[in-house]
Amino acid sequence: MHSVVLTKGVPDFREGQVSFDEDGHLERGDTPTVMNPNDKFALRAALQTKVRHGGRVSLASMGPPGYKEILQEGMRDVYADDLYLLSDREMGAADTWATAMTLATGIDQFEEEPDLLFAGFKTADGETGHTGPQTAWCLDWPTITHVVAFEVDETERTIRAKRLVEGDVSEIETVEAPLPAFVVTDPEFEASYRTARERLRYKDFRAETQERAAAYEDHLTVWDHEDLNLDPDYIGLDGSPTIVAGVDPIPKAPSEREATMVDPDEMDPVFEELQPFAGAD
Amino acid sequence: MTDDYEHYEAVVVGAGPGGAAAAVQLANNGVETLVLERGVESGSKNVSGGLIYAEESAPYTIDGLFPEFRAAASERPVTNYYLHNVAGERVKTFDVTPLHEHDTEWSDAVLRRKMDSWLEQRVHEETRETGGGLLTGVRVNGLLREGGEIVGVTCDELEPITADLIVAADGVNSELARDAGLMDWEEPDEWFQGVKAVVDMPAGAVEERFDIDEDEGVAHLFSGDLFEGARGGGFLYTNESTLSIGTVFHLDSIVDESVEPQQLLDRLLTHPLLAQWLGDDYTELEYGAKLVPDSKKVANPSPHRGRLLLVGDAAGQMQAQGPIIKGMNHAVTAGALAAEAFVEARSRGDPTDAGERYEHKLESEGVMAKLRPRRYELAATLGENDTVTSITDSLLQSPLGRIGVRAADKLGVLDWGYTSPFLAMMMPDTRTPYVTMPRVIAEELGTRVTDESTVEPPALDERIGDLTYDVDDPHIELVDESYEASGAAVTACPVSAEDFGGGCYRAETIQTNGSTERVVSLDTQPCVECGTCAVVAETDWDHPPGGKGVEFKQG
Ligand SMILES: Cc1cc2nc3c(=O)[nH]c(=O)nc-3n(C[C@H](O)[C@H](O)[C@H](O)COP(=O)(O)OP(=O)(O)OC[C@H]3O[C@@H](n4cnc5c(N)ncnc54)[C@H](O)[C@@H]3O)c2cc1C
Ligand code: SF4
Repeated sequence: MHSVVLTKGVPDFREGQVSFDEDGHLERGDTPTVMNPNDKFALRAALQTKVRHGGRVSLASMGPPGYKEILQEGMRDVYADDLYLLSDREMGAADTWATAMTLATGIDQFEEEPDLLFAGFKTADGETGHTGPQTAWCLDWPTITHVVAFEVDETERTIRAKRLVEGDVSEIETVEAPLPAFVVTDPEFEASYRTARERLRYKDFRAETQERAAAYEDHLTVWDHEDLNLDPDYIGLDGSPTIVAGVDPIPKAPSEREATMVDPDEMDPVFEELQPFAGAD
Repeated sequence: MTDDYEHYEAVVVGAGPGGAAAAVQLANNGVETLVLERGVESGSKNVSGGLIYAEESAPYTIDGLFPEFRAAASERPVTNYYLHNVAGERVKTFDVTPLHEHDTEWSDAVLRRKMDSWLEQRVHEETRETGGGLLTGVRVNGLLREGGEIVGVTCDELEPITADLIVAADGVNSELARDAGLMDWEEPDEWFQGVKAVVDMPAGAVEERFDIDEDEGVAHLFSGDLFEGARGGGFLYTNESTLSIGTVFHLDSIVDESVEPQQLLDRLLTHPLLAQWLGDDYTELEYGAKLVPDSKKVANPSPHRGRLLLVGDAAGQMQAQGPIIKGMNHAVTAGALAAEAFVEARSRGDPTDAGERYEHKLESEGVMAKLRPRRYELAATLGENDTVTSITDSLLQSPLGRIGVRAADKLGVLDWGYTSPFLAMMMPDTRTPYVTMPRVIAEELGTRVTDESTVEPPALDERIGDLTYDVDDPHIELVDESYEASGAAVTACPVSAEDFGGGCYRAETIQTNGSTERVVSLDTQPCVECGTCAVVAETDWDHPPGGKGVEFKQG
């Protein structure tokens, strides 16, 4: 089984790390960047797949060169066999769509086609949660979100997952999809190892990955747009159908968030609008 | 049906000294060995005094099995050993180094978190080579049986596991020994209760205050009237930069005298004799407690059933040789002998014969003779009854007895008595050697300590507050809440006390239909898993699941 996990860096919102200015707005320069905490659940899900079925876990991100350390963090704190950073200036300022395009191309680039693609549920800096599903859409893979537990059937080449319906912990459904598939783990995801052999393997892998993380650059591949054979017009800012019109500074942790329901029918025109950009193949 | 389960040649339950020794010896002989330890890390559940001995007469020692042990995992060698007889502020001290050195190749002070976690790494490396390994955070909760035969273990965290050999090295509160019907938790007089504080020392203070070099260490023992008549004594051992100070009492005397263990510890800590060592800045790093089996009464001479072999405290192999406590070394020996027995049995094509071979080795290697000395059994029948105790006690305290004590001192008989391993082995479990004799000696021969103690030990709620807990569902169930059945736990539990609401056990008076009734309630949150209430109260006693409950940082 080859699993690829997507991650990104976010400001470290933990007490003592994060810094806000007088108006209570995040000071990005003074706040260290860390791996999106929710992505660690995705990485744990990939590790569980490796423990149970063997294979390999690749951790990938698109972002500035400094994201190397975010990849190292994932390798050290959870697990990775190898790291991939999609990084060059042309990819900069991409919106979620152009990011997804780039990531999908990167995933296509692996010599061994991945069986599973994992991502965490939303990033901690208030991002949309689009990038993952859009990447899966570009790859034309089934997507299962809010996954809290799963099993892979290697012979049938399927995945059976328990997911929270509407992200609600009180309602859980079981779904099945053919591989390759895209899995978005919920923060409620918990890896489960019920045999001693699995736990011993897990222990071996954890020891190995910590050792590997000390020399992580030996396991890192950096791809730029040329390596991926990407036309600069389709990536980065130029390839972004949406433009960030203005940036609201990230306010100090709001105690509650408000969600507005969207009528799916109203979204159709938006999808149509975006359609031409998806015609990569 | 059990064919579907995971199988290992050997499963070792518990990674204390007994489990570590068994596992490494099995691994050295190529036996596929899985070790299961319930703590987050080995040592996180363990409390000891502790001096680990390497006996000259023992077939196995910890450094024989783990060559780097002394340099990496222990604190200091014990080079001097003293016994203090205390009567109020009068103290008479004997140098008992000869007793300590008898049959001793070396002896080091250890702290269990450091020691066991170091052993854990070595054991994991060695057993991993065999296809097994060591897992922490896994609690074995019972024996797996098929057709009445023991075939493996069941766990909270894992699916059942079958094995050709099951070594129960799960300590004094062994659930497996009880599941197999090989040990019980009935009689308080079969157990000791050990309570201990680890005290921080400023840099260089251990060397300065005890007048020793970096590679030297001291042990001090205390007996006499400083413990309200409870039978037992206190100890102080020097570690690298801390002190281990504690008490070990016969559990029945804690119950009978209704004494509070933590208060007895405080009486020791605040005695003026300790002022010279503790200084003015008392900082307690950790408070802990654990039951200690008395091998003279509980060491099971046939500690096996089918594929199950008990080693160490689980089999009651804890020897109180007078004031000297030897549990860890016997656990090591027994663990390695159990492994040896299995390897032999396997090579002869009959692994089921391991238990018999193990039993035979405990005899032929002289282990049982140390654990249950015949001399003691003889002396006990003569000396361990109330009439004899009160006659010797009143004789000792009479003018004649006191003259005798002074004369004995002049003749050097007391020195001889205190350093005689022969006498130490047959010391009766009565008030006489623990309380009366030391008190009379101190009164007659002792000198007054002039130092003043400024030590203020932390209150019980602070001690509880300083410990780390990962609280789970209650792991002990109070089966009979009447005061008659379970009231003893209110004082005997080392984290409970009369008039203290923040501990495990509390006594309450309730009104029912006009009559009042005293009942006991239990809250396991601050439990240090010592096992005391399993013996002194009516409980259904289990360990918490793997990684849950109290976590000792020092041990
Ligand atoms: C205060 C005090 C002072 C002492 N002083 C000394 C001394 O100076 N010298 C000396 O030699 N001895 C001393 N002892 C006794 C000594 O600590 C024990 O005899 C010794 O630790 C026994 O070793 P063991 O390997 O049998 O058990 P333990 O060291 O108790 O190890 C048992 C292990 O099994 C694990 N375990 C238990 N149940 C389960 C389960 N269900 N599943 C998985 N794992 C489990 C535990 O977490 C633990 O790690 C003292 C004891 C006390 C309390
Ligand atoms: S509740 Fe029982 S096991 Fe827990 S500390 Fe008290 S006496 Fe010991």
